[in-house]
Amino acid sequence: MDRNLDPSIVAERMQEPNIFRKDELEVVGQRTPKNKHLPDAFGLRAPPPAPRPWRGGSSSSSSTAPSLVDSLFQRSLDDLIKSLRSQPASAEPVLLSRALAEIRREIRSPDPDTKAVALQKLTYLSSIHGLDASWAAFHALELLPSPSPLHKRLAYLAASLSFHPSTTDVLPLSTHQLRKDLSPSSPPPFSSLALHLLSLSASPDLARHLASDLIPLLSPRASSTITNTKNNNNNSSPLRPKAAAAALRALSLCPDAVPLLFKPLVDCLSSPVPRIVSTAVGAFAELVSTTDPAPYLPLAPEFYRLLTDSRNNWVLIKLLKIFARLAPLEPRLAARLVDPLCDLLRRSSAQSLVFECVRTIFSGFPDHDHALRLAVDKVKEFLANDDDPNLRYLGLRALTMIGPRNSWAVEESRDSVIRSLADPDPDPNIRREALRLIMGMVFDTNVVEISVMLVNYAMKSDPVFANEILDAVLTTCGRNVYELIVDFDWYVSLLGEMVRNPHCAKGEEIERQLVDIGLRVRDARPELVRVARDLLIDPALLGNPLLCRILSAAAWVSGEYVEFSRNRLELVEALLQPRTSLLPPLVRAVYIQAVFKVLAFCFNSYIDQPEASQVSSLGNSTTGLGLTIECNAAAANCLSDDITGMESADGIASLLSSIEKKDPFFTCEYLSHILYLIETAVGPLSENADVEVQERARNVLGLIHMLKEIPVWKTEEEGFKKDKDNRIGKIMNLMRALFSEELGPVSVNAQKRVPVPEGLVLKENLADLAMILTEGDIAPSMSISFSLRSHQHMEIKDEAMPSVQSTSLLAEHRKRHGLYYLSAEKDDTESNDFPHALDPLLPGSHSDATEDLVKLTEQSLIPRKVKPTKPRPIVLKLDEGDGVSTSTSTTVKESKDDLLSGAIHDVLLGNEGKPSSSQKRSSNKSSGRRVKEVSDNSESVSQSKENLDLGDRENRSSRRSKHRSHDKERHRSSQNNEEKEEKSHRNSTRSSHHHERQKHRQRGEAPLNVVPQAPVIQDLLL
Amino acid sequence: MIHFVILISRQGKVRLTKWYSPYSQKERTKVIRELSGLILTRAPKLCNFVEWKGYKVVYRRYASLYFCMGIDADDNELEILEIIHHFVEILDRYFGSVCELDLIFNFHKAYYILDEILIAGELQESSKKTVARLIAAQDSLVETAQEQANSISNMIAQATK
Repeated sequence: MDRNLDPSIVAERMQEPNIFRKDELEVVGQRTPKNKHLPDAFGLRAPPPAPRPWRGGSSSSSSTAPSLVDSLFQRSLDDLIKSLRSQPASAEPVLLSRALAEIRREIRSPDPDTKAVALQKLTYLSSIHGLDASWAAFHALELLPSPSPLHKRLAYLAASLSFHPSTTDVLPLSTHQLRKDLSPSSPPPFSSLALHLLSLSASPDLARHLASDLIPLLSPRASSTITNTKNNNNNSSPLRPKAAAAALRALSLCPDAVPLLFKPLVDCLSSPVPRIVSTAVGAFAELVSTTDPAPYLPLAPEFYRLLTDSRNNWVLIKLLKIFARLAPLEPRLAARLVDPLCDLLRRSSAQSLVFECVRTIFSGFPDHDHALRLAVDKVKEFLANDDDPNLRYLGLRALTMIGPRNSWAVEESRDSVIRSLADPDPDPNIRREALRLIMGMVFDTNVVEISVMLVNYAMKSDPVFANEILDAVLTTCGRNVYELIVDFDWYVSLLGEMVRNPHCAKGEEIERQLVDIGLRVRDARPELVRVARDLLIDPALLGNPLLCRILSAAAWVSGEYVEFSRNRLELVEALLQPRTSLLPPLVRAVYIQAVFKVLAFCFNSYIDQPEASQVSSLGNSTTGLGLTIECNAAAANCLSDDITGMESADGIASLLSSIEKKDPFFTCEYLSHILYLIETAVGPLSENADVEVQERARNVLGLIHMLKEIPVWKTEEEGFKKDKDNRIGKIMNLMRALFSEELGPVSVNAQKRVPVPEGLVLKENLADLAMILTEGDIAPSMSISFSLRSHQHMEIKDEAMPSVQSTSLLAEHRKRHGLYYLSAEKDDTESNDFPHALDPLLPGSHSDATEDLVKLTEQSLIPRKVKPTKPRPIVLKLDEGDGVSTSTSTTVKESKDDLLSGAIHDVLLGNEGKPSSSQKRSSNKSSGRRVKEVSDNSESVSQSKENLDLGDRENRSSRRSKHRSHDKERHRSSQNNEEKEEKSHRNSTRSSHHHERQKHRQRGEAPLNVVPQAPVIQDLLL
Repeated sequence: MIHFVILISRQGKVRLTKWYSPYSQKERTKVIRELSGLILTRAPKLCNFVEWKGYKVVYRRYASLYFCMGIDADDNELEILEIIHHFVEILDRYFGSVCELDLIFNFHKAYYILDEILIAGELQESSKKTVARLIAAQDSLVETAQEQANSISNMIAQATK
């Protein structure tokens, strides 16, 4: 070898480094406070003395620039660390890249020492400084077979830190070496290194190939021989626990290995050596918690024995974890476990064990009152522990666990929970837990006081937590379409109060709820408008960018429900105040549109006055048209009637003047004042840089112009009245038709319910879509290229009022104002609880566009309204078969687990040795499960039918018959709904559970029965 | 199961990282960055647990070093605290009142010790004595091998002189 080439060079060089080494040792001595460690056992701190000159020699013989490169080459890990530490942090990247370049050169050296030191340096850099070391995987592999324990250790360390099971492509190359090191003939430290690597970086292939090599290490006999060779008086090998851990990894990676490895692993449980038992229990705890626990039931007696025998807290904790998973599967198990558990709970002084007991009882034995009582008492002790935040935090966590079913426990500790919230020295975690608990305690009876308490508390807490509180209140109150809220007036004003919080950053959610409540709860609208007014007239809010969304909602609400507004003039002034220039253009656009609506409403009311007076004077009280039009929704149908009604009202113009004197509003002066106000404020905006603002401003101005062109109404009221079915009447009717249709919430599943027309191929590639779109005849029906979900509603509305004379005009107008509606509408279709109907469709399905086209033009689905059984304002709810999107990853995992647990099941029930049978079994099992799902779902379908019927009936009874066409629609969409339900059979079981939950909520009977397990495997051993 | 062990100094310098679940280098850097931002800013008297992306991170500060372990949501936090303490005690015993510098200059040894305590994200050895014994055995094995190598090379060097 080249180190023997020129001994003289070597001898020369030995002098120089020796001096250097001395220096270095001194430095080390100063640096580390403990000199006794200086004579480092195997020379890693100060690198091994002898190899250094050799390295220098070899490098000098291979490099061309001797002196400088030489000294560089001699940098050991210590040198590297020192140089990194001595430089300022700013120089670090340079140093690192230089060191990396150096390592790249050194690591290719044929000399193992050089290579080892280079690898060590690289390991250091990658683990501490986060440099990528994956490129050196092959070099680590090269060093693995080294006979020197030092090199081997370094190589294994480097490998275990840098190998990644899926991305390290040289991993299969290590198979042979690992097998060699795992063999009983190799020294135990080597095997232990190999086991570590296997447990960290094994890929499924590696696990499969090496599974058989683990067996000797797992079996007691082999370990005893190793023990003998080591002359270990402790009579236990260090390898068996490690082998157990490696076996765990191999099992979870490759279910095929179960027949081989499972038996030895089970045998470990009965070993007399505590640490072997401990690791084996740990391995089982991991297996049970990550996979389907059912197959492990046969091992329950063994675990039970350990639970009663063991005095080791680590083992006990793991055992409790196992039982917490097994207990729900086997009721008899719980009965037997309760006593030992309570015993542990009473006797143990280790808080970790006590906490685990509490958690096990809460999650696994919620029906055993005695144990529950004991555990709750322990939790109270935890909570009372003022100086240990850990225990307080865990106590709160435990309470969260018990929460929903045994709320008495939470109620009992209510004081300490609230105290935790208001801690003077607050821990964010504890506060958050406390908040979560408090929100869990909320029912419709106490929602008012708790929410008020929290919102007040949020006022004085720090910004982050204040927003967390607001978020919690908003989510809780908004849950399930405000199921907790009885008094909506209160809730709306609470929303208004939230806005007053200086830290409030929940603009979007508050905006959504304000609009949503407006759409869904008719009775809350007056209060909503009042709150919106308060928000709008406050100039201080305009400057806060976090609140502009809320202001946008407020503007929309006061525009849409302007009939409840007490003072329109004030409203218009608020909407047009100069500071609105601070708002972002989109919000400004909403403001202007609200002005538009107010204007239209004022004129409308002005025209309607004679009719109202006529109606009241004649004592004819059937139609509720007064100054405020109570029910705009009916207007679409009533429009034609209105017109005729107005004509008939013609003759009674004489009453007019007296009426107008009674009413302070809607006089000519009033109107012209408003007109003037709007014209001056909006006029400049027609030149605004933002198109949205500009367009809306021009719309308003256009209307004003139209109105001004008619001189009659200004001068002579009577004349105008006679004239009103001419121009002005027409204009106002058009305007009324525009805004009188009530907006409603849209079901998230609305899209899905639209039936696919025959002859439409959805799954085909849409290569010719561009061509279709350019034809231009479809584009109008698309009207605007906005997100379909929010838009569809508008479109449907357009089509849904054929009785309006000016349909085409209207549609055009809608088109032009689409964006405005989008911004307000958008939020009502979104809710926290449900995913958007379209979301699952969007990714990757190229056929969407046509589907959308078709569905757009489809006339269907007016939202159905369901009244809850509670005596509270009607909240419009959509009876949606909401497909809850559970993460797909779990199902994927499930399938793999199935494989594993199926295999384990086989082994435990005795027909081992045939991996194929295990596969088959698992597939059987999963199919069985599927069958169950299907039955669940069919139940849910019938359930949803019930809901629909209920909804329809209540609708019909609660609201008066004005929706003739709607009924039809509803009927159709309910059919669609059923179809959709049937289609969604393949959805996750969770959705079916959701249905069940819905059912329980609505009926409030039937016990909760949500054990998601497949059929319980009856166990012979118990 | 423990997903990772990270030692960070109060200044945010990483002193040791061990990953029991597969993380790519990029993810590792990200985890470390986010966690150090989260943990180092916490006031001293707060509880030792942080919820983080569906995991729980249990941390404890010894002198200037934060020992952090990322665990599953249903793992026992107190147990992990005990494991951390266990690890620190063993380090202390091995280095003799351990300090941060010991870990900096002997980072590989800290890894070897950790490997004797944890395997595959589970505690494998709860006895401090046993760990000390195992580490000592490994050290002596390496040492003797090294001595042999040294003596041989010395002999060769002598002989060829």
